[in-house]
Amino acid sequence: MKKFSIVKHAKIFCSVSAIFILIGIVSMITRGFNLGIDFTGGSILDLKFDKAVTTTQVRDVLKDHKLGNSIIQLGTSGSSTKESQSVLIRTGVINDENRREVMTDLGSKLGTFQTLRVENVGATVGGELVRQAALAVVLSWLLMIIYITIRFEFKFAIAAIIALIIDVMVTLSTFSLLQLELDSTFVAALLTVVGYSVNGTIVIFDRIRENLKIHRRSESIGDMVDNSIWQCMTRSVYTSLSTLFAVVAIFLFGGETIHNFSFAMLVGFTSGFYTSTFIAGSLWIFFKNKGKVSTKVAVKAKKA
Amino acid sequence: MRWDNFSKFLVMVVGIVVAFAFFAKPLFSTVKQGLDLQGGTHVVLQAVETPDAKVDDDAMNRSVKIIERRVNELGLTEPVIQRQGKDRIIVELPGVKDPEKAIAMLGRTALLEFRNMEGKTVMTGKDLKDSKAVAEQNGQAVVTLDFTAEGGQKFADLTMKNVGKQIAILLDGEVLTAPVVNEPITGGKAQISGSKNMEDAEHLAILLRSGSLPVKLEVMENRTVGPTLGQDSKDKSVKAFGIGLAGIFLFMLLYYRASGFVADIALLLYTLILLAIMKALNATLTLPGIAGIILSIGMAVDANVLIFERFKEEVLAGRTMRSALDAGFSRAFVTIFDSNVTTLMAAAVLFYLGTGPIRGFAITLALGVLVSMFTAISVTRYILRFLVTSNICKNPSFLGARAPHSNEEVAK
Repeated sequence: MKKFSIVKHAKIFCSVSAIFILIGIVSMITRGFNLGIDFTGGSILDLKFDKAVTTTQVRDVLKDHKLGNSIIQLGTSGSSTKESQSVLIRTGVINDENRREVMTDLGSKLGTFQTLRVENVGATVGGELVRQAALAVVLSWLLMIIYITIRFEFKFAIAAIIALIIDVMVTLSTFSLLQLELDSTFVAALLTVVGYSVNGTIVIFDRIRENLKIHRRSESIGDMVDNSIWQCMTRSVYTSLSTLFAVVAIFLFGGETIHNFSFAMLVGFTSGFYTSTFIAGSLWIFFKNKGKVSTKVAVKAKKA
Repeated sequence: MRWDNFSKFLVMVVGIVVAFAFFAKPLFSTVKQGLDLQGGTHVVLQAVETPDAKVDDDAMNRSVKIIERRVNELGLTEPVIQRQGKDRIIVELPGVKDPEKAIAMLGRTALLEFRNMEGKTVMTGKDLKDSKAVAEQNGQAVVTLDFTAEGGQKFADLTMKNVGKQIAILLDGEVLTAPVVNEPITGGKAQISGSKNMEDAEHLAILLRSGSLPVKLEVMENRTVGPTLGQDSKDKSVKAFGIGLAGIFLFMLLYYRASGFVADIALLLYTLILLAIMKALNATLTLPGIAGIILSIGMAVDANVLIFERFKEEVLAGRTMRSALDAGFSRAFVTIFDSNVTTLMAAAVLFYLGTGPIRGFAITLALGVLVSMFTAISVTRYILRFLVTSNICKNPSFLGARAPHSNEEVAK
């Protein structure tokens, strides 16, 4: 049976990612991101209930007001960590009227409470952290490029970095399109996506590198890359399925506050599987051919 | 069948399982956890207006920056520092051993003054470039002062004019030390002795290098609070993490049978070693740190999948189980090595340049990858070899591979 050629359909595969990212960029420009409490600040409510309450109870009430991902901390002066009379709630930016509604609702559902303080709070994550993170990430990519260039060659390195940039962009696009909240844990999720993507791409490239050594002239580069990708297919599918299973479990059964964290990984890992399997190899061929064309041109230029 | 090798296999497997059963939970509960997972101390600092220090937006923002510096210098992982309302600052510190001491330090104005005999302030903390705590040869802890160029000039001036006289160094109006000047000090450096111990000296140095607060801050409130993730969310997430891991274990077992079983055992060992190292390093586990662990587990599983897939290929190519095993390991090793080293380098950069969550992620990722290279490759290989050489079962399907020409074998 002739296997489906991934390389020959590279344009389709690349277009899918490109179109998705383009839509994402439009969304990022027009709508931007839905920044979470860490970036925007919001309100802090410090309440003391007459009867001890649990975080679940408080969160259930907040959910009705679309504030389910607020930071809810119990004062743990007593022996129990599960329930307490004192509750500290940090919500995103809400207006006074909303806040009053939430507080009335809390009172009617969970019993009376004393309000110790209600105030606006500032952001905990400043632009500085984001800038510093971006700098660290870009430097780590440079180092990756150097390492892959030494162990493989420069064209592999560039292809791998482009593949991971696609994954990062796809994740960012998804969050902008769905207007999901970005919080400080998103940064960590994104870093995980980068690591996952590079790992997957290197596995494929390693196979290409190996097959390149025993590569015969009769076989085209495209066929060789196709074979390499298919030889890794079982591994790619198994690894992706098992890691995705774990992330899906965390997404489905994990708590409200890590929903977006696991969702970012879910999107990024899926894209990571897609790019390393369907795009990375073709990208390498593209750069390889491009190099050839330019040397040919150079040779021609010399002759002339 | 060779019982000696099989019993070695059994001893290792049982040993790891028993160690895991006994140590995993106590280890996990003693590894320090961050504010997001365990909670900590919630402190509210209130700015108080004084005749010489107005409380305004600028002063508050500068105060937040200084508090941030102080907390970071204390080496606390991912604290929360947040402005509340017009004139308050919330500081949340993850499990500090001695919260009172840390809190007392946060609110200190830390105004450093150098006065001459007449009691006139000649220079202040603004003339400082750096300050460090060092131990003298006799064990005495001192705090070194490193002046700016301008400060060094001022200090040279001050000492020159006061040879044989006493000068005073004050912190928040209290005399820290009042030495008699023997000779002019022109090197731009000085030191303060008299700290009770190294910790005290360290705290003083932190206060001095983080600068003085532009306003007076008072501790208004101080109490312990639960995790910022929310206890409910945390409990659910721990369960979800368990389900995810169980899925991976089951998957390895179903697809790779005995090999998968050994890989699972290696993952148990991985967990134990990682926890032990984190505990030894006194590292703090946070949610970003868990992201790093998820990635490193993913890579460990990937390493085993790579090895076992190679093993299958080699068996299909007609090798014996033992040589296929060796070939599978050595050929997959190159792949695993390259991807792991790339990840390690990235983690190193993130660790050195990143702060807060980035650092938390990088450290567990780097440790996780290092540990998994040992467990997923060396340990798995070692245990599997005992299993294969024990000849307990000669059918490769036992190790999740298909035998070549299996019809012929049946015919024989």
